[in-house]
Amino acid sequence: MNHKKLGKQTIFFKQPPTILETASIVGPKEGEGPLASYFDKVECDDTCGEKTFEKAEEYFSYQCVRLLMEKSKVKKDEVDYYIGGDLLNQIISTNATAKKIQIPFYGIYGACSTFAEGMHLACYIIAGEFADHIIISASSHFSSAERQYRSPLESGVQRKMSAQWTVTGAGSIMLSKGYKAPYITHVTTGIVQDYGIKDANNMGTAMAPAAVETIIAHFKDTGYKPTDYDLIITGDLGTVGKSIAIDILTQEGYDVRNRFTDCGVEIFDDTQDTHARGSGAGCSAVVFSGYLYQKLQRNEINTILFIPTGALLSPTTSLQGDSIPTIAHAVTIENYPKLGRKEVH
Amino acid sequence: MDYIWVFVTGGIICVIAQVIMDKTKLLPAHVLVLFVTSGVILTAVGIYPKIVEFGKAGATVPLIGFGYSLAKGVIEAVDAQGLMGAFSGGVTSTATGISAAVFFGYIASVFSHSKSKK
Repeated sequence: MNHKKLGKQTIFFKQPPTILETASIVGPKEGEGPLASYFDKVECDDTCGEKTFEKAEEYFSYQCVRLLMEKSKVKKDEVDYYIGGDLLNQIISTNATAKKIQIPFYGIYGACSTFAEGMHLACYIIAGEFADHIIISASSHFSSAERQYRSPLESGVQRKMSAQWTVTGAGSIMLSKGYKAPYITHVTTGIVQDYGIKDANNMGTAMAPAAVETIIAHFKDTGYKPTDYDLIITGDLGTVGKSIAIDILTQEGYDVRNRFTDCGVEIFDDTQDTHARGSGAGCSAVVFSGYLYQKLQRNEINTILFIPTGALLSPTTSLQGDSIPTIAHAVTIENYPKLGRKEVH
Repeated sequence: MDYIWVFVTGGIICVIAQVIMDKTKLLPAHVLVLFVTSGVILTAVGIYPKIVEFGKAGATVPLIGFGYSLAKGVIEAVDAQGLMGAFSGGVTSTATGISAAVFFGYIASVFSHSKSKK
């Protein structure tokens, strides 16, 4: 058996799959942020010449997967599955991309944790020897997300200070049977949390408990410590959720302070007037596919605990006054698989 | 001298709206409803007409002024036609404003397109 189950939520892969290649395309605001140089392509205009923002998001998603296939040199016939999702209703951007690339497709939805959910499922499929190459993608677009979850841009409403800016962009990875670094060595599946937050303008606060629950479950299942990781990075807690998560983790005995950050916090800076920095299914996808992957390739970071977080609300029930259920999925990525393995002398 | 009071009245009403949006969980749509209904109530109890007297456009242009128009129209229609005026009065007094909004909104949508937010 290629895997071992640790505790209730974690799987350890004895022969971990390889992240063969990644691709990331972002919009202009992300291209003006601190991580701009790490993305493969920055579109000068987030409409991409399309009539609607929804079509623009389809363009980002499709171009990203196309770029991934070019970069990885894996031909379409050699890719066994495409797993992807986005924030729009019925994950239409990803469905449209799947239609164009014509690879056997599973659409998934985990809100902003979609990218990690895709990584998990792809790892299981490869470990079960059902596939040699799988493409995983996730995307989001500020304007289409605002229209769906809050108000259309035409309404001209002011954004609250706790609101996060949905990242416009798509990120994708080619996961393959393992033979070289970086590897996905562990996955920890999240359990849905709900602490009664109802405000769709304050997702960071709603998602922090989910991130904490999954991080603690990971450490309890595996017995590892925060110091085993070079970097622990959540998906999109934003500035508000990040400080809440650090506080709770420290209280619970996990001191993550000097190695903890958040993709949403890193992708924008304070000059960009985003209020609480970034979020979105595309946020963790582009930050991983661009920034983190290059750091791994250059051996500047070797062991990452990557925890995309998702706010699993529906616009409908949110308007009906329901609270926001949230989830977080953790992925351990290592250049030199060491965690949980005995040293060979 | 009148212009200063117009400026101050309009400004204070807008500051109240901004404070509500910043300090509470209410959204712009909530503030809109709150202002229109407050305008109706304040007119019904006789307070708002006094504010309109010295605030003039500063009191009638903001959305509270729309509630004031509705209430004033209803009061006049009920005086003239009896209870049925409660149904017709509001719409007839605000008809000009509503039609102008629809007309100019349409013209604006023909000549402009939504752009990305920076």
